[in-house]
Amino acid sequence: MAEVLVVAEASAAAGVKKVTLEMLTAARTIGSPSVVVFGDEPFADKLGEHGAERVYLAGAADIDDFLVAPKATVLADLIRRVRPAAVLLASTQEGKEIAGRLAVKLDSGLLTDAVAVAPDGTATQAVFAGQVIVTARVRRGVPLITLRPNSLTPSPAPATPVVEPLAVAVTDADRLARVTERVVERKGARPELTEASIVVSGGRGVGSADSFALVEELADLLGGAVGASRAAVDSGFYPHQFQVGQTGKTVSPQLYVALGISGAIQHRAGMQTSKTIVAVNKDPEAPIFELADFGVVGDLFKVVPQAADEIRKRA
Amino acid sequence: MNIVVLVKQVPDSGGDRRLTADGTTDRSGGNVLNEMDEYAVEEALRLQAAHGGTVTLLTMGPETAVEALRKALAMGPDAAVHVIDDALPGSCAVATSKVLAAALRTLDADLVIAGAESTDGRVQVMPHMLAERLGIAALTGARKVTVDGSALTIERQTDGGYEVVTAATPAVVSVWDTINDPRYPSFKGIMAAKKKPVRRLSLADLGIAPGEVGVAGASSEVLAHDRRPARSAGATVADEGAGGVRLVEYLTAEKFV
Repeated sequence: MAEVLVVAEASAAAGVKKVTLEMLTAARTIGSPSVVVFGDEPFADKLGEHGAERVYLAGAADIDDFLVAPKATVLADLIRRVRPAAVLLASTQEGKEIAGRLAVKLDSGLLTDAVAVAPDGTATQAVFAGQVIVTARVRRGVPLITLRPNSLTPSPAPATPVVEPLAVAVTDADRLARVTERVVERKGARPELTEASIVVSGGRGVGSADSFALVEELADLLGGAVGASRAAVDSGFYPHQFQVGQTGKTVSPQLYVALGISGAIQHRAGMQTSKTIVAVNKDPEAPIFELADFGVVGDLFKVVPQAADEIRKRA
Repeated sequence: MNIVVLVKQVPDSGGDRRLTADGTTDRSGGNVLNEMDEYAVEEALRLQAAHGGTVTLLTMGPETAVEALRKALAMGPDAAVHVIDDALPGSCAVATSKVLAAALRTLDADLVIAGAESTDGRVQVMPHMLAERLGIAALTGARKVTVDGSALTIERQTDGGYEVVTAATPAVVSVWDTINDPRYPSFKGIMAAKKKPVRRLSLADLGIAPGEVGVAGASSEVLAHDRRPARSAGATVADEGAGGVRLVEYLTAEKFV
């Protein structure tokens, strides 16, 4: 069976991200999955649980201090050597950027934001705010496909991967954009927004940065991530990296809770593919109710604290 | 410092966007300047005010794309370049990067600025594709840009905070909408924009064969597309004192609590 490369999203701090296991699950339907890990730890056990036959380990030296260019060079060399049937990457900013560089280096077709990948390498994409579903295929080169996190349920398929260290030979052109400092502004136990199975988001109706504590409280009680609408971000209530929708993140959790969010199409662009959507808004005409599986028309400052109390009671 | 700003005309994201029968973006409806590009233009104008030089817009698109150029020119850039050719519609990102890179080679830019994404494709690959072709640095996702001589520094927004990234010019930078507040074009700016030079370049001018671009040269193709069935609204209850409890009852029934 042809080899399929999965570019891992994994780090010493975060471990193997769920999207990596989703990619492995999809890759198994196409061929024999190999995972490329950038870093010093191969995560062989975890990746093996989900069917990785091989792990290529590319050490962090010469890669970590630069933006994506060195990773693309290492991957391009590997792809030229093993000629995989397809390459899967996560549909994160970095995953897409690496894929973009690979597409140029290899003159290969690129399909981003896939929500499903078929055994023949065709991909399903949700475009235009999730309003249009597209089936597409690559016509030239190695299919490069980025998979949107939370698109499928990872399933285990035990294997014992062979770990193969990769020689990292990057060029001067890969060392042009140097990362000189990494600053953590916000750290916590909450899951990452695009990976989370539950997302609780606040909008303009939350009213202030202080009141976002209410959104955070409900998120923590549900074990979810916190998101924000653009209106809330533009009003300075919450930082931009948590923005859901156009010009922000696209999420696809099992449960999306929209608090004080009207549901403009630009917001729906980022959450429309959520499995279950719940909304609280005081305006019964708010468009968010058109796509909510359950809605409460009411004052979120009354409804949310009551809901929080009720969850604590049931815990 | 000579700055080139990449701009794009896109279907209005507030409208009903579609693909045409051949699977390419339907551009026949309401089109607008890609919103994120306004932030890129604003950043270029601020850098120009501080460091001098020129600001030139670059776009690739059909005849109507000139509307987006005029809109952006009204903010204050000096000139624009419009790559237009009958062979271009339907071009994939790989081909688009080939065309834009060829145009950039004629423009001698110290800095290329783009919005972090376009609202139609949202692919986010163009800065790195161009950097790969031109052999220059790509610094993406900036929320702050600082230039000191030939040294360029950005704050790059990340999930947990930001990274400080440096490079020497020439370089490509992409910016998020957190970076500035774009100015509104003045009446004078709008009038002046009508007279600003818009130079048209064809594929022949750039030495690119028609077969390398467009639907014919695309590296990927759409096999099928369909409107996603609209989500149907579920139950909505009015809060009459127990809205929070009702909400948790629903979440419990769905096994989220």
